[in-house]
Amino acid sequence: MDSSSEYSLHHPKWHRHRTPIFWWVKRWVYICFIGREMTSVAVAYCAVLLTMVYRALQSGPEAYAALMSLLSHPAIIVLHVFALLAVLYHSITWFNLSPKAMVFRLGRWRVPDLMISGGNYAAWLLISGVIAWAYATG
Amino acid sequence: MPTNITLEVLRYMPEDGGAPVFQEYEVPLRSDWVVLDALNHVKDHIDGTLSYRWSCRMGVCGSCGMMVNGEPTLTCAAFLESFAPGPIRVEPLAHFPVIRDLVVEGSDFMTKLKDVKPWVIRKEEKPLSEGEYRQTPEELADFKQYSMCINCMLCYSACPVYGLEPGFTGPAALALAQRYNLDNRDQGNEERMELLSNDEGIWSCTMVGECSEVCPKGVDPAGAIQRYKLAGAADWWKSLITRKSK
Amino acid sequence: MSAMKKSNDPFWWTLFGAGGAMTAMLVPMLLFLIGVATPLGWIEGPSYASVSQVMLHPLTKIAAFFLISLSLFHWAHRFRFTLYDGLQLKHLFQLIAVICYGGAVAGSLVAAYVIW
Repeated sequence: MDSSSEYSLHHPKWHRHRTPIFWWVKRWVYICFIGREMTSVAVAYCAVLLTMVYRALQSGPEAYAALMSLLSHPAIIVLHVFALLAVLYHSITWFNLSPKAMVFRLGRWRVPDLMISGGNYAAWLLISGVIAWAYATG
Repeated sequence: MPTNITLEVLRYMPEDGGAPVFQEYEVPLRSDWVVLDALNHVKDHIDGTLSYRWSCRMGVCGSCGMMVNGEPTLTCAAFLESFAPGPIRVEPLAHFPVIRDLVVEGSDFMTKLKDVKPWVIRKEEKPLSEGEYRQTPEELADFKQYSMCINCMLCYSACPVYGLEPGFTGPAALALAQRYNLDNRDQGNEERMELLSNDEGIWSCTMVGECSEVCPKGVDPAGAIQRYKLAGAADWWKSLITRKSK
Repeated sequence: MSAMKKSNDPFWWTLFGAGGAMTAMLVPMLLFLIGVATPLGWIEGPSYASVSQVMLHPLTKIAAFFLISLSLFHWAHRFRFTLYDGLQLKHLFQLIAVICYGGAVAGSLVAAYVIW
């Protein structure tokens, strides 16, 4: 093509900017977004961990004790601290966004967004409390 | 107190055949000036070749949207002082082709707006003799927020999904679809769902949420799309069950 | 816009959403207890006998299976879109979808086998 086909009086050549591969490192909010999406890896890891707990439970007390001592390895604990931070971030972002998708109504009154997230947080605390209580009392 | 501030404006001049380059302009740092006033000052007193769009200079027409320091911004609503000591980087809206300097090509957006059928659709119009379609204040409140859009395209510039997949219907158009879906006088829900419940419609959205953050009118496209997804998913399961039972 | 292909995404999105909600409620405390608090000795873990009594109860098993499976589908959906957008791999969409959702299906089957 000659250059005249790229530029004419009534149809100048447009400039198109290609999105760079790492577009999401340029703005803090985009980093937070990718971080939020990557918490799903920690969630999947927890599913694997729970499966391992089941395998140990099904194989008997020795296997269970072996798994528990493996979980006490410092590197594994560090891994779990990071995974915990990730799943906490997942929970918080999830509850904060929940009113975006859900609209509840009581008659004509629309439940405010803050109460929907608040309800989620209250349920979270309650459920976590029950789990912790059941775990601690054996 | 410095009396001047520097604007770094991205210039694209297709007749030169080159890539866009930044050009610096010194403008007075006046407390009553917004970025648009500074651009007008440049155009009137420094460089008449600078091209940009503007009209109402009061946040209603939606034509002066640009990237200011990397953020999609209405330049008529961005005071120079909030960027002091500068410099202030002014670029054309992201994700759109640039025609010249700060002027972008927005036909894609205009086509998408029309595609979502943004008008009241009735299966059957009732005769005039039966009077108007009535609406309570609560019913109005359901969608009013979504009708405040001024088509400034800031949300498209904030949306990385649109930047990556230009086929995506995008925030403002989907919010506009919801504006009619949630209107009690409208019966076009199914028709629009057909159009928008596809891989380039609501299901492309990954809920970055920036569209709602940058909106100068407080429209919440991210929320609109989330609600739309919930309705779309409910529809999908319903149609699965009804298909099975037939 | 012109491609009017019916999307399967409503199905995957439902699983993603269910998994997201369930894990947001349950996982942080579970991970804190099993992965951090007990190994560090902050609290004493329950004995094998009591853990297995609770965890191997038929109802707990069903709940645990749902938690595991939905967690995996939650991951699959999010990770798929992150690969599309974060690394611009949309052109590999079929491969990525098969790996992500296939992984979740396989993981669920393994979990079912282990649990029962």
